[in-house]
Amino acid sequence: MARDLVLHVGGISKRFGGLQALHSVGVDIERHQIYGLIGPNGAGKTTFFNVITGLVRPDAGTFELDGRAYEPTSVHRVAAAGIARTFQNIRLFPDMTVLENVMVGRHVRTRCGALAAILRTRAVREEEAQIRSRSSQLLDYVGIGPYGHLQARTLSYGDQRRLEIARALATDPKLLALDEPAAGMNATEKTELRGLLERIRADGVTILLIEHDVKLVMGLCDQVTVLDEGRIIKVGAPAQVQHDPAVIEAYLGRAHVPA
Amino acid sequence: MTTLPLNLRHRRGAALGAAALIALLLLVLPLAAGWLGPAWVRTLAFAALYVMLALGLNIVVGFAGLLDLGYIAFYAVGAYTFALLASPHLTENFPRLAQAFPGGMHVPIWGAIPLGATIAAAFGVLLGAPVLKLRGDYLAIVTLGFGEIIRIFLNNLNEPVNLTNGPQGITLIDPVRIGDFRFDRTVSFLGVHLTSLQLYYYLFVALAVISVLVCVRLQDSRLGRAWMAIREDEVAAKAMGINVRNVKLLAFGLGATFGGVAGSMFASFQGFVSPESFSLMESVIVLSMIVLGGLGHIPGVIFGAVLLSVFPEVLRHTVGPLQMQLFGRIVIDTEVLRMLLYGVALVAIMLYRPKGLWPAPQHGVAASPDPAPPPRATPRG
Repeated sequence: MARDLVLHVGGISKRFGGLQALHSVGVDIERHQIYGLIGPNGAGKTTFFNVITGLVRPDAGTFELDGRAYEPTSVHRVAAAGIARTFQNIRLFPDMTVLENVMVGRHVRTRCGALAAILRTRAVREEEAQIRSRSSQLLDYVGIGPYGHLQARTLSYGDQRRLEIARALATDPKLLALDEPAAGMNATEKTELRGLLERIRADGVTILLIEHDVKLVMGLCDQVTVLDEGRIIKVGAPAQVQHDPAVIEAYLGRAHVPA
Repeated sequence: MTTLPLNLRHRRGAALGAAALIALLLLVLPLAAGWLGPAWVRTLAFAALYVMLALGLNIVVGFAGLLDLGYIAFYAVGAYTFALLASPHLTENFPRLAQAFPGGMHVPIWGAIPLGATIAAAFGVLLGAPVLKLRGDYLAIVTLGFGEIIRIFLNNLNEPVNLTNGPQGITLIDPVRIGDFRFDRTVSFLGVHLTSLQLYYYLFVALAVISVLVCVRLQDSRLGRAWMAIREDEVAAKAMGINVRNVKLLAFGLGATFGGVAGSMFASFQGFVSPESFSLMESVIVLSMIVLGGLGHIPGVIFGAVLLSVFPEVLRHTVGPLQMQLFGRIVIDTEVLRMLLYGVALVAIMLYRPKGLWPAPQHGVAASPDPAPPPRATPRG
């Protein structure tokens, strides 16, 4: 049976000076999956993430999104191709309003240029109305609808995470790539985040999740890849991965591997 | 929530009323200033020009967050473009051109404004292209250099071919003409005599109003949001699919356009241009206008431009006579005093109102009308 792959990347290598950060790494993400990428600190998770989103140029690798090859040569092209990302340390547009933040996300799916904006043509007015209504829908969707008029910087930490996700969703992504979305969240917020991610998946968006929080990953993901020292040491369902000796060794050291 | 439409309608009415009031004020002002003397009308006309300049620079610095210390170069490009196309200078120096235009080159306003704007925009992109990767201080230094290079070129391009007439500048520039209507004469309209200065004032105010409209529309557009996104966080803006290079070049180009139009108007208003009108100090003054008024906030920028362009004139008419009365002689030259006061004002602004005298309204939790605070109270970090 042919698998319906959203992201199909392989053979990605990246060397930073004397450090081989990635040794021929690849993942296959099926549609409607929540795909987890875990590994101890320095395993190469973020480098991998930066490579597929175009922030870091790889030395080698093949890239396919939704059955079509894409070149991760610049960040904005990758976003246009259909991968939207969030950042480990939240990167919002702090002085813009919450609604405007999401409206920026619509940029890549809208067309009107400077001259049309100056003349405020009918096309511009219609497009603006669409951008606005879609953006406020997304705010409601992630649960921060009432705060649209506030400046993004005034939101609580958890709400800033939600806003970042709403902004990424505004680009109509085929793949939503989240870099440690649960970092710094308390237990309640993590539960809420989990609910949100499950809802996003149910609504047809595939998710790639990089996460430190093993509990969250195990509970949420359909498939997990474990990286260690730039190599893939295990791919499988969460339950399989959890009991794999190589994974336990990578996280806890050889002494903890059951004999 | 049911009060919202009513509230909006009320606001729209208030805004219309305010606009009508401002329009009336702008119409009557030069007539009132005419009583005080032509110097005041002239100052008001210049204030309108500076509003255009400040709005243009605000696109680059205020919206896109790209610090530009050489903005006056685009004003110079616009001014010289008009000067060359509507004065005898070129035909006197290039016999071939004189043959082509036996009556001399007299480009009318509807040709000169778009041309000045286009050439300035081209220079804007020319400056923008090599500095795309620079930010903050580095960008400021390069743009400062660019502004000086343009001025030095204008100063020295009188040989080997005499293009700019060097430090002497270009004279005998045509006044603005629209059809048969000339702006360099007094006209009577419904029993009101309007001097040339007053006519120019109305023209510049009209252009300034158009500039405001263009700026407001750009600000509220997809492009305006992209500029602000780049200003706030360039990496995040890229991740949202914004082509940072193109959007920055557009900011430089559109900002320069305003400078070009203002410059061509300046050339025709003065009838004379020379490189010394386009010194670094002018760039600094236009930048001061937008910083003092409120970076990125259009009403603040207009306010700053009017304030700083009228202020020296007020100073001249008050401090000079005051010193004569008190001491019997001028102790401090008003020009020196003006610079001193600019400095003090900017330091005071930085200390007490870092976002300018009239900054964009802040929408914080405290100011929120929403009675229910966010349910998740989490520490930041």
